[in-house]
Amino acid sequence: MKEKITGAEALMRSLEAEGVDVLFGYPGGAIMPTYDALYDHRKTLHHILVRHEQGAAHAAQGYARVSGRVGVVIATSGPGAMNTITGIADAMIDSTPMVVICGQVGAAMLGTDAFQEVDVIGVTQPITKWAFQIRKAEDVAWAVSRAFYIAKSGRPGPVVLDFAKNAQTGLVEYEPAKVDFIRSYRPVPVPTDETIREAADLINKAERPLVLVGQGVELGDAREELRQFIEKADMPAGCTLLGLSALPSDHPLNVGMLGMHGNLAPNVMTNRCDLLIAVGMRFDDRVTGNLDTYAKQAKVIHFDIDPSEINKNVSVDVAVVGDCKATLARVTALMKEQRHTAWIEGFRPYWDKEREMVIERAIHPTEGPLLMGEVVRAVSDATQKRAIMVTDVGQNQMFGCRYFQYTQGRSVVTSGGCGTMGFGLPAAIGATFGAPERTVCLFVGDGGLQMTIQELGTIMEQKCPVKIILLNNNFLGNVRQWQYLFFNKRYSFTPMLNPDYEGICTAYGIPSRTVVDRKDLAGAIKEMLDTPGAFLLQVAVKEEDNVLPMTPPGANVDEMMLEIK
Amino acid sequence: MDQNKTTSVNTPCPREGMGKGSAQCGDCDKCGRCDMQYKGETLYTMLIYSENFAGILNQITAVFTRRQVNIESLNVCASSTPGVHKYTITCYCTEEMAKMLTKQMEKKIDVLQAHYFTDDEIFILEACLIKVNTPMILENKDVSRIVRKHGARIVEVNPTYSIIEKKGMTEDILSLFQELNALGVVLQFVRSGRIAVTKSTTERLDKYLEEMERLRDGENR
Repeated sequence: MKEKITGAEALMRSLEAEGVDVLFGYPGGAIMPTYDALYDHRKTLHHILVRHEQGAAHAAQGYARVSGRVGVVIATSGPGAMNTITGIADAMIDSTPMVVICGQVGAAMLGTDAFQEVDVIGVTQPITKWAFQIRKAEDVAWAVSRAFYIAKSGRPGPVVLDFAKNAQTGLVEYEPAKVDFIRSYRPVPVPTDETIREAADLINKAERPLVLVGQGVELGDAREELRQFIEKADMPAGCTLLGLSALPSDHPLNVGMLGMHGNLAPNVMTNRCDLLIAVGMRFDDRVTGNLDTYAKQAKVIHFDIDPSEINKNVSVDVAVVGDCKATLARVTALMKEQRHTAWIEGFRPYWDKEREMVIERAIHPTEGPLLMGEVVRAVSDATQKRAIMVTDVGQNQMFGCRYFQYTQGRSVVTSGGCGTMGFGLPAAIGATFGAPERTVCLFVGDGGLQMTIQELGTIMEQKCPVKIILLNNNFLGNVRQWQYLFFNKRYSFTPMLNPDYEGICTAYGIPSRTVVDRKDLAGAIKEMLDTPGAFLLQVAVKEEDNVLPMTPPGANVDEMMLEIK
Repeated sequence: MDQNKTTSVNTPCPREGMGKGSAQCGDCDKCGRCDMQYKGETLYTMLIYSENFAGILNQITAVFTRRQVNIESLNVCASSTPGVHKYTITCYCTEEMAKMLTKQMEKKIDVLQAHYFTDDEIFILEACLIKVNTPMILENKDVSRIVRKHGARIVEVNPTYSIIEKKGMTEDILSLFQELNALGVVLQFVRSGRIAVTKSTTERLDKYLEEMERLRDGENR
């Protein structure tokens, strides 16, 4: 007779079978049998004790985004599970593979309003790829394998396993399970040869093509295929916020960042091109602005793995639904070599204008208080464009994404679709585990840092080498900018009284330094990078600085403000 | 409100039973009696197939809720394929919305297929039960005339109430109800969700399942 083990032990063996090596979690009543089993597996399953379950979810996201592997979260029932919700929603909209395992009351007590019982499946169903309640130990192996398969295949996303206490303690003859097929789920559609030919024909005929590069290129591990695709037909390419490191910043065909705070040239040229080629991006409103005037002159090709993204916001002429690693290569094979020199030259005047009116002022100011943009560029240069940039949300994020530069893929970790303040610090912790060989730089504001500041405790305990650059302007800066622009300068609850951050760092044993003068910046960055382990560099930046250029919400994509009068 | 328009409309409002002018009535401009503007919407019937797992109905209806589309009727039952459930859902929306809704439903892991149809692409059946006051129908000869005219059946008679049953299209059922209701004899009225089968000569679900079986075999090879 086979050995019988508990459901919790079966979970551990299933996680090991999936190749999991890091877990982010926080124990509690309903998940205690699982934590008891984990105690015997702590050599293979490195558990990171966070300080709040939201931190676990964001850390798992950071881990997944830089490594391409599935981030794993463990939390208890009720409040533990609910605290992960923000991270789950964030992972859903940003297509991040994640498995959240949370405790649940015993099956016999389900629905009785038992202690720490919350209808986790009901709550998480709309924000997950799959949510499943494990009610008996026999289901553990199958559910875990199915969860990992769903989380990482096709368009990745979060999965929740709601693990009833009786299923954790119940005994089962463990049989490993391997789910790699679900008949109702087709993760990677394959487009027909005709579709591929139609796409190639449009590209071959185009005189003014523009490629929009999204995170799908990173998720599909298709950076090399993308490079060959754009180089063969000499097509300029703009990147979305999450797609920034899918193409090296200094690639000659990289024409910059798209969107509300992106670069002027690609946004203007979106409404001049004759063919728009979207690759692994979803035409978010922060990219398109007013849809009624968005690229109406152009034919549109949309490469995406998710059929429900096609024609959702922008109607397309050819939809290439599939894995872009394969589809880009297939289309490239049918493409003619082309040169679009004059078209690409046309981007230059807009770049010159933006450089003169915005960029130089942001990254090379000579007087006045320090600016966020110059800090970001200085850190980027000091890390030879090889670091991973994690951002929080707000002005720190926009300046970070505008002025940090990349040479490697999977180098941007930021909360795009959800815009979750408090994402940065825990995501950076996760990134240090996902890419231990790389430098992880976090840009965070004084608002966002305080939303998850308790994770400094995790950094202390785990000795996570996070380089925290706190861009402190004593304001909730992005909201303040909008209040300035659209709410008649009424700064309703955006000024903020700040604590002594260096004092906090001292309490956590994290080295820190504050910079106020421009002349001290370079030295302080060097000190931060030379100090082993974590470091917090607080930079006192201009209080009322604005992110520019800017497409006001709902405005046309080519109507960017370069200055605020 | 234009009274002429009211009388010239042949198709009764499918929401008539809910009481015209009620908050839920009037998304369709079928009767012209409500304040809503015509939105270019059609009644679509969606046929959805899923695995027989708990919670899928929730996921399906949530797609409608998110896109602010009201479900007009809904029927869920086991399909002819073992282990597969069939959902028949009707709603008013534009064709673009119908496409989007079905794609977003198909995106759910355990949903096998979702397709939308107009009334001419499917065979439709609905049914209703009308409970009427027996003493009143005995006094009013019109009642039995109306019942016969509509081909309805009286399935229960007792001294207090009688029950009339009618199968057919939405319009036939509503027209029967409205005529009886005008006589003031109706105690209760209930109309079933629509059920429908396609007129197509190919069975898409079977083809899909066969194709997926081939894919599975291909992967295992």
